[in-house]
Formats: sequence, structure tokens, C-alpha cells
Amino acid sequence: MTDHFPALLVTVPLLCGLVIAILGWLNRKLCFPVAVGALAVSLISAAGILARVLEENVILYRLGGWDPPWGIAYRVDHLNALVLVVVSVSALLNLMATRRSVQEAFQEKLGAFYCLYVLMVTGLLGIVVTGDAFNLYVLLEITALTGYGLIAMGDDRAPLASLNYLYLGTIGACFYLLGIGYLYIATGSLNMADIAAILPNLYGSKVILGAFVLCMVGLWLKMAFFPLHVWLPNAYTHAHAAVSSLVAPLVTKVMIYVMIRLMLTVFTAHYTFEVLSLSGPVVWLSTIGIFSGAILALAAKGFKRMLTYVIVSEVGYMVGGAWLGNEAGMTGAILHIANDALMTLCLFLAAGNIVYRQKGHQYQDLKGLFRKMPLTMMGFMVGGLAIIGVPPTCGFFSKWYLLSGGIEAGHYGFVTALIFSSLVNVILVFRVVETAYYPSSGNHGGHHREAPALEEAPLHMVAPLLLVAAGLVVVGLYTGDLVTRIIQPILETMAVY
Amino acid sequence: MSDLISGITAHYNYWIYVILMMIGLYAMIAKNNLVKKIIGMNVFQTAIILFYVSIGAKKGATIPIIHHGHGDAGASSIVQAMDYINPLPHVLMLTAIVVSVSTLGVALALGIRLYDRYETLEEDEILARLREK
Repeated sequence: MTDHFPALLVTVPLLCGLVIAILGWLNRKLCFPVAVGALAVSLISAAGILARVLEENVILYRLGGWDPPWGIAYRVDHLNALVLVVVSVSALLNLMATRRSVQEAFQEKLGAFYCLYVLMVTGLLGIVVTGDAFNLYVLLEITALTGYGLIAMGDDRAPLASLNYLYLGTIGACFYLLGIGYLYIATGSLNMADIAAILPNLYGSKVILGAFVLCMVGLWLKMAFFPLHVWLPNAYTHAHAAVSSLVAPLVTKVMIYVMIRLMLTVFTAHYTFEVLSLSGPVVWLSTIGIFSGAILALAAKGFKRMLTYVIVSEVGYMVGGAWLGNEAGMTGAILHIANDALMTLCLFLAAGNIVYRQKGHQYQDLKGLFRKMPLTMMGFMVGGLAIIGVPPTCGFFSKWYLLSGGIEAGHYGFVTALIFSSLVNVILVFRVVETAYYPSSGNHGGHHREAPALEEAPLHMVAPLLLVAAGLVVVGLYTGDLVTRIIQPILETMAVY
Repeated sequence: MSDLISGITAHYNYWIYVILMMIGLYAMIAKNNLVKKIIGMNVFQTAIILFYVSIGAKKGATIPIIHHGHGDAGASSIVQAMDYINPLPHVLMLTAIVVSVSTLGVALALGIRLYDRYETLEEDEILARLREK
């Protein structure tokens, strides 16, 4: 049983997705429990895989017993295992937290919604676990297609936003596919480990350079790396709250995982940082991305839209950190994948609760919320402090590694951008806090002021939020363990530096 | 000049796919009608399918089914890889075609929803309607 965790991780939610679609016609009440069951199996498998990886370092799972490079192999090391756990935990928590709001919003479409939800998580987990470059493309598109569907189920403007996401997402996936095509021409293989073994003799080749650039551009489009971010703010703002708190923490982070996987495993650090001299320009690009994300977040109307621009600058952190080309930067980037997923989940869950009660995501909807929804606002505060980078929340530690990586590489533009964006985040978070602290002024129409009644979101929406908020602090406190036991082995086994 | 021409004719499959891709990209960027954009997107995807299919081809080779390959006669004859085209890129493209068809389906479904709501498929008119609100 435990030997088959890598397969169960993906096949159980895949099959359950189909079962849910059928249950949507037969008995809608069963959709939610089946979805929870499917994601719980994934979570148990992911945790089991992580435990095994900590002992054995690398797990190789041959699907159908075919040996790589002919068959598709799942190859799990510390990097996948960490991201797998993050993805399955966030997806399951979000599923539990949004039950009520989903039920009210989608009623007769419940089957379709949970089917897409579970299939999307299948795609994300598959991307992370697979060791085959073409298999990754197919799962990338499964994630994207379900994402388009889920986002289109949002408010009035959602279909147009989703269609624009679809154009750009398709271009991104096509570029990735083209890059894999060139790799296949040069090496004759699609298995990542096999390609990595063949590549060293071909490092001078222009075909490999082309493949690398095409893959990177494709992934940057998919992860909304500035200036390719234009699809993200609209798509994530107009999606339903339950959808934005699924896609916002996970999709961009999984794409960053794929980028790091290609940089370190397929093309190897030697090629990425020494043979190519792209490191400087990419870090500058991410510097510009962080600045622009921060400024656009300041200018954004509505707090949910503001949060989407925060994601754009966070993507800049991780891309920049990974491309700095030193150990601290890479540690920061990998740590930030986990931390940022949790922080964004926390903020978007809080935003979801606010939207559920206030039916809007503008700044004026926040007025007086500290009295009305104290627990939700507390969760939001913790998430906000983490995104600013206040110790002991986890955001501080990954930012610390990123900063020291930037200083070590002598890249002060990147360091300045990190500090600038932290300061802007202070303004963003405290603008929300300030608006929420003061009750809505009712003097305009001559009414006298009345304190809003306590109207917290239901317990099963608040409890997961507070759990994630507590998790931010706990992960922060255990950062040392996380770095020495999981991230150091990644950098060592890939013989990075 | 003759170098350029021979460079183009020797790699004509790459040139064709790049040109097709650019036509698709142009339609996606420059066209105003949603259906035209979606067609452009499909041309873009198909160009990459063409690229993959063309790299599996070999001059003077045949389809990868072993002639008289059954029983003892098949086992005794030696199979020359040069005689057969590479089937793997074609098989990969079966998957990619499925992906591109489903993307097209989702895109058209979104187009129908937009048409139901705004009664037009011109993007500028939809945006103008959105700004009015």
C-alpha cells in the first residue's frame, strides 16, 4: 500500500472527480463528502511520501512497471515531497472552509464545481509528482482547463476574464510544449532524469538554448511573472471566493516549482548559471516586477484586487531568488513556495469570509469589520503580518534568505525591491486594518451611529482560517528544521553549488 | 543569397510552422472578434502539432508497422530503425490534439456565455458595455 502512494496521490482524486460528476445528477449531497475523501487520500499519500523521502531521499515509481526512459516514471525527492504536502494541505483546507459559500452559490451546479475542483487538484499534484516532461505538459493543461472553468463560474465579468486567461495560458503551454519538442529533437528523450544525463555534451548547442528559453517564457506566462501577468488580476478578482482561494495560493507556486525543477534537475545549475549568462537580466526583470506589483497593488481598487497584485510581486520574489544563483537565494525561493502558499491561502480565506458576509470586495465593504467579524479580521491580520515579513511568522524567514542571497550576489537592486515591497505591504495591510477598525459612519443621511452587530462567519469557515493563521507562526518557528532537513538535501543532491 | 534559400528549403517544415504560429498570434492580438481570436488560438496550437509531426518523418521510410512481423518469420528478420519513421512524436500529438480540442471547446463555451450576456462577439463593444456599468 505505502509503495503505491505516488500513484494513489493522483489516481484517487482523478477517479473521484468522475464519480462526483455522476453524483451531481444522482444525489448532490454526496458530492462534498466524496471530494473531501479524495483529497484526504491525497493528503495522506503526500504525507507518507514525505516521510519516506526523508528516509530514502529519492522514490522512483514506475507506472505500469515500465522502466524509464520508455515508461512514465514518478520521481519524488525532497523538493516534490515538500510541494506535494503544501498543495494537498491547502486544497483540503480550502475545500472544507468554503463548503457553505459554495453550496449557496452553485446549488444545481454543485457536481460540476466539485468535479472541476478535484480534477484541478489532481492536475496540480500530477505536475509536481511526475518525472516526465511531456506528462507534465498534459497535467499543466488539465490544471489550466479546469481553472478556466472554475474562474468562469464567478461574477458577471468572470467569463471575459477567464477567456483572456485562456488565450494567454494556452500561449504559455504551447511555448512549453515547443521547448520540450526541441529538447526531444536534441536528446531523443522525454524523461527528465534521462534528459539531464544526455544534456552535458550538448550544452553549447543553440537548440538547447532555444528549448530553455521557450520553456522559461511559457512558464513565466503561466505563473504571471511581470510583464506577463496581465491575465491574473482580473481572473482572480472576478472568480468566486472559493475558487480564488484555491488558485491564488497554488497555481502560481506550482509553476515556480516547475521552473526550479527545470533549472536544477533538467538543465542543471551548472548550465543555468554558468553556461548561460541570463542570471543578471532575469533578476533585474524580477526586480522591476516586484516594484510594479507593489505600485499596482497600491493603485488597485478593492481589497481583493489589491491581493492579486501582491501575488504578482511575490512571484517576482521567487523568480528573482531562484535566479540569484547562490544557495541562500535558492533556499529562500523554495522556502517561499511553501510560505507564500500558506500566506496567500490565509489572506484569500479571510477575503472569502468577508465577501460571504458583506457581498462585496471593495474597501468600503470593510468598514467596522473588527467589531462585526473579529476572528476573520484576526486571521487577516496574521496573514498580513506574514506577507509584510514580521517575525515570528514564516514570511520573515524566507524574506531573510532572499535578502541575504541578494546581498551575497551583490544584487542591490533586488534587495531594494524586496525592502520597498515590504514597506508597501505595510501600507496595504494597515489600510485594510484602518478601514476595518472604524465603524461605518452613518452620519451622512442624518442617522445616528450604531455599532454593527457581531456577525462572524460560520464556525466551519473561521476555524480553517485560524488554523492556517496559526500554521503561519508554527511554520515560521520550525523554519530551521525545514531548511536543514528538506531544503539542504535538495541543494546537495542536485550538486548545485 | 543562395545560402539563405537553401537554408529555407532544407528546413521548410520549421519555416512553415513558425509562419503558421505567427499568423495565429497575429489573429489573437489584432482581431477584435472573439471567434476570430479563438480561431487564431487554434491555428497557433495546430502549428506546434505540425512541428512535432514533421520531426518524426524520415526520407524513404515507411509507417512503423513491421512487415510480416508475425510469428517466427518476424522474429528472425532484423528490424532496421532507418526504414521506419519515428512514431513517438505522432503519439504525443494525439494527446496534444485532445488538449487543443478541449481548449477550443472551453473557449467557445465562454464565447457563448459572453454572447448570451452582451449579444455581441466584438470585444470592444463588450468592453464598452462593461465600462457603462
